[in-house]
Amino acid sequence: MFQFRKPRNELELILRNGNKRTPSIPDEMFTYCPSCKKAILTDELADNANICSHCGYHFYINARMRIHLTVDKDSFTELDSEMQSINVIGFPGYEMKLQSAKLASSENEAVITGICTIAGVRCAIFVMEGKFMMGSMGTVVGEKITRLFETATEQKLPVVGFTVSGGARMQEGILSLMQMAKTNGAVSRHGKSRLLYIAVLTNPTTGGVTASFAMAGDIILSEPDALICFAGPRVIAQTTSQKLPSGFQKAEFLLQKGFIDAIVRRDELRNVIGKLLMMHS
Amino acid sequence: MKAIEYVYAARAKGRCTSLDFISNIFTDFIELHGDRRFADDKAIVGGLARFGNMTVTVIGIEKGQDTRSRIDRNFGSAHPEGYRKALRLMKQAEKFRRPVICFVDTSGAYCGIGAEERGQGQAISENIMEMMDLKTPIISILIGEGGSGGALALAVANEVWMLEKAVYSVISPEGCASILYKDPKMAEKAAEDLKLTSDDMLKFGVVDKIISESPRNITFHIIRNELSSALRRLCALSGEELAEQRYKRYRVLGSHGTV
Ligand SMILES: [Zn+2]
Repeated sequence: MFQFRKPRNELELILRNGNKRTPSIPDEMFTYCPSCKKAILTDELADNANICSHCGYHFYINARMRIHLTVDKDSFTELDSEMQSINVIGFPGYEMKLQSAKLASSENEAVITGICTIAGVRCAIFVMEGKFMMGSMGTVVGEKITRLFETATEQKLPVVGFTVSGGARMQEGILSLMQMAKTNGAVSRHGKSRLLYIAVLTNPTTGGVTASFAMAGDIILSEPDALICFAGPRVIAQTTSQKLPSGFQKAEFLLQKGFIDAIVRRDELRNVIGKLLMMHS
Repeated sequence: MKAIEYVYAARAKGRCTSLDFISNIFTDFIELHGDRRFADDKAIVGGLARFGNMTVTVIGIEKGQDTRSRIDRNFGSAHPEGYRKALRLMKQAEKFRRPVICFVDTSGAYCGIGAEERGQGQAISENIMEMMDLKTPIISILIGEGGSGGALALAVANEVWMLEKAVYSVISPEGCASILYKDPKMAEKAAEDLKLTSDDMLKFGVVDKIISESPRNITFHIIRNELSSALRRLCALSGEELAEQRYKRYRVLGSHGTV
């Protein structure tokens, strides 16, 4: 299973480090911040939306926790929760990968979709799950997101979407690439109905997801320090042998280059999203 | 032929590039340059041409035909400004109600510092979204390598055709092999596993037609014939109908199960 392998690249490292404790510490009372290296009480970290209380580093959080932090209490109704991937192109070993992804994430696929209220405003929401095959997009991720936008268009609802993804899922071959067209088509129709789509990019958002619905929001927010890119930094370093500028492809870099609207701390997100929804309702 | 042999054929030097197709299928090609925002990307050529008595917009990813022009064209790997130029020309085609014909041949969108800082992901996303809704016919022809998002950014169309030995894939077989099998030498197996040939694409419904690869003049002739009947068919539809047909075309791709 993928937890026991050496991380194959920086994206997997980010996704795997999550809120996992340093293995050398037998006592799980403390978690060590990878950014400032200080110890944080593990319970305190969970109460603080997995943000380091010393330096503000945003630890990984799972999709269920994200929903809990974002939506009004008891307002979330999940859609298409039973949908699961099949081996669409007969890729060797894919069924096994799906099985271990389910165990690793406790989810059926790499995105959760549903209807909720945020600050009292009814909206459609999707949240990607990074622990499910690195949040990669295959047919089911594409289908669930497409259906959500179609439902939102029908019911005249805004969409709030949280992305975290290693990109298109290569085990579904060309059909994973086609999900970029499918989802963006649905986003486009939603937009043409003059409905709001807020994309919230979290660490890391890459590849085919960046090149489709992540970058298609009317308003694009990001958490601090999130890696947001099309091609990952390692690929670029390898193919061009250029030295990458510091902070390259981080949220702050994208803000400076004009590709995102604002960087919002996780503990402020609910508030900001609520206000944005109210301004459009 | 093995899958990897299709990959090599699609990449082979001496294979017809977009400019060959443009100059042999259309007449009076006038190239139009630049994205009006940053630069002119030579990896993508675009402009106006005549097809019979019709004016069309043609856009192609151009790999170059000799060492010098290959370097000049960045080996057919476009930057964001290339995709933005293509989109500008497509919006112009919509304005003047003329069809768009795209030729796709790229190992992928360029991976580099400049490409990232100018928003490669955003540029591709915007092309896909705008093409999905364009109120004029789009036909895309995969002529060589169809490399991932960089190819899709010119291949959201009412009809997608593919040359017999072209390939279309979410990742290169070498990339897939080095990630999954930790060994780029496993590319042959990866090419097989990824299902990237024209027959696979037809079976998945990703392409609508395979163009057989005969001597080049015959291939051009086949494409001219196919284009004239397809354009007659598509030009009979309204802008709304075209966008609807395109949406439905992609909407059905992929399948799933339930727990
Ligand atoms: Zn810290």
